[in-house]
Amino acid sequence: MTRFKSERIAKFAFDFALKNNRKVVTAIHKANIMKLGDGLFRQTVKDVGQTYPGIQVNDLIVDNASMQAVAHPQQFDVLVTPNLYGSILSNIGAALIGGPGLVPGANFGREYAVFEPGCRHVGLDIKGQNTANPTAMILSATMMLRHLGLNDEADKISKATYDVIAEGNVRTKDIGGTSTTTEFTEAILSKLNA
Amino acid sequence: MFSQVAKRSVAPKFVRSYIAGQFTGAKKANGKYTVTMIEGDGIGVEISKAVKEIYAAADVPVEWEDVDVTPLLINGKTTLPQEAVDSVNRNLVALKGPLATPVGKGHTSMNLTLRRTFNLFANVRPCKSIVGYKTPYENVDTVLIRENTEGEYSGIEHTIVPGVVQSIKLITKPASEKVIRYGFEYAKSINKPHIVIVHKASIMKLSDGLFVETAKEVAKEYPDVKLSFELLDNTSLKLTQDPSEYKDVVMVMPNLYGDIMSDLSSGLIGGLGLTPSGNMGNKVSIFEAVHGSAPDIAGKGLANPTALLLSSCMMLRHMSLNADADKIENAVLKTIASGPANRTGDLKGTATTQHFTEQVIANL
Repeated sequence: MTRFKSERIAKFAFDFALKNNRKVVTAIHKANIMKLGDGLFRQTVKDVGQTYPGIQVNDLIVDNASMQAVAHPQQFDVLVTPNLYGSILSNIGAALIGGPGLVPGANFGREYAVFEPGCRHVGLDIKGQNTANPTAMILSATMMLRHLGLNDEADKISKATYDVIAEGNVRTKDIGGTSTTTEFTEAILSKLNA
Repeated sequence: MFSQVAKRSVAPKFVRSYIAGQFTGAKKANGKYTVTMIEGDGIGVEISKAVKEIYAAADVPVEWEDVDVTPLLINGKTTLPQEAVDSVNRNLVALKGPLATPVGKGHTSMNLTLRRTFNLFANVRPCKSIVGYKTPYENVDTVLIRENTEGEYSGIEHTIVPGVVQSIKLITKPASEKVIRYGFEYAKSINKPHIVIVHKASIMKLSDGLFVETAKEVAKEYPDVKLSFELLDNTSLKLTQDPSEYKDVVMVMPNLYGDIMSDLSSGLIGGLGLTPSGNMGNKVSIFEAVHGSAPDIAGKGLANPTALLLSSCMMLRHMSLNADADKIENAVLKTIASGPANRTGDLKGTATTQHFTEQVIANL
């Protein structure tokens, strides 16, 4: 754990909060046990938070956070975590809203950005069967479009996708339906062409 | 022909003189077991009293030996009083209420001191949906065994230069073997002969890899128990999405994952106020309520003794007093299911500790 990288991710979190009208950034850690390592992370997030006066900053121990996440997830806003805890909490988050097939993700570097489904589940067991849910990939692509400044296109595609899911007629297996990947895609296309 | 027979190798059978974590105590002449009781701080006093009353009414063959674990500072080290240590070593089982740790200064965590003194290597956390207390998750019946002595909690950290810190995750074969073996025995004893090792060996190839390899080795001695492996990410996802998938398995994992996943499971059934837990040592076991001492409601007669009661039932099963365990557990669950008038405030009810206790006794 280094101060440099903790500061980097903390700044990203607070900038994200600012840009997206978020109110609270919560640092997730286990600093009561890993006093030096996670302690450094927690302190760094707090320190960076001081330079963003409009955003509230607090912290939560990871086991308590997991418990709160399954019992009362509405209390959370932006969570900033070290590597491992982020993996756990993002999987819990995906499970709460319907599974890894729905959650988009983005990876940011200083010069490049890579957009991919948030949970990074490969799904080898359903490979080649035309049952996979493309929502996560589609929404990741729209995140990419927004990153490029193509907000209109992004809005069109994401609205069509959300509308198809909301209507409930065409859904893939992971969200309780019987449609294939191609059927789902065609439904989105017809919404776009409508 | 004989050379072919000779070439077939037979795996050596290990016969162990004892398997760590099994109860080896015996009844006294009066037919009762003596159990050490550590009341704890805050609400610990009230809930321990409730447990004793219910046990007396249920005629369980248990006599309580109260001990005080207020620590002494000997040679700069936080130490348990010798009478407490002797009592636990003598009785082999203890029931413990919540202990408060002073923040910032004072003695170190008593929970940690107990764990170290008695080498409590496995933390067993069953989570079962409580009928009558509804959560968004149904049919939860998970059991998780967490390695309790090493892993990320080994306390080995150092600053390389200011702003660069290393924390060591220590995984050893002996500790892994002990907890995994306990897991297999436990799985057999509760008739869930399927162990799931939760790990992240794809990333931590050596440390979690060692844990995984050790599990494969121990599994050879238990051919009637199934062994499977799951990545931590998948467990977090699936446990939240559909916890009923885990009702026939026992999960075993290293320290940090166990901590997080066991609290996740508690969250599924309604929190730490309802969750029992047991800590297994080589010969000694301590069963405890994992919630806090709740100083804000201490002494007001409002505390919920459910977690301590369910932990005591775990203890009875450990001592093979299954009938008594079932009797008490059924009475507790029946009381909670009977309505908010008989539930304490944390379960959105109106009962006092005393009323809840009386109802449980009535339901025995």
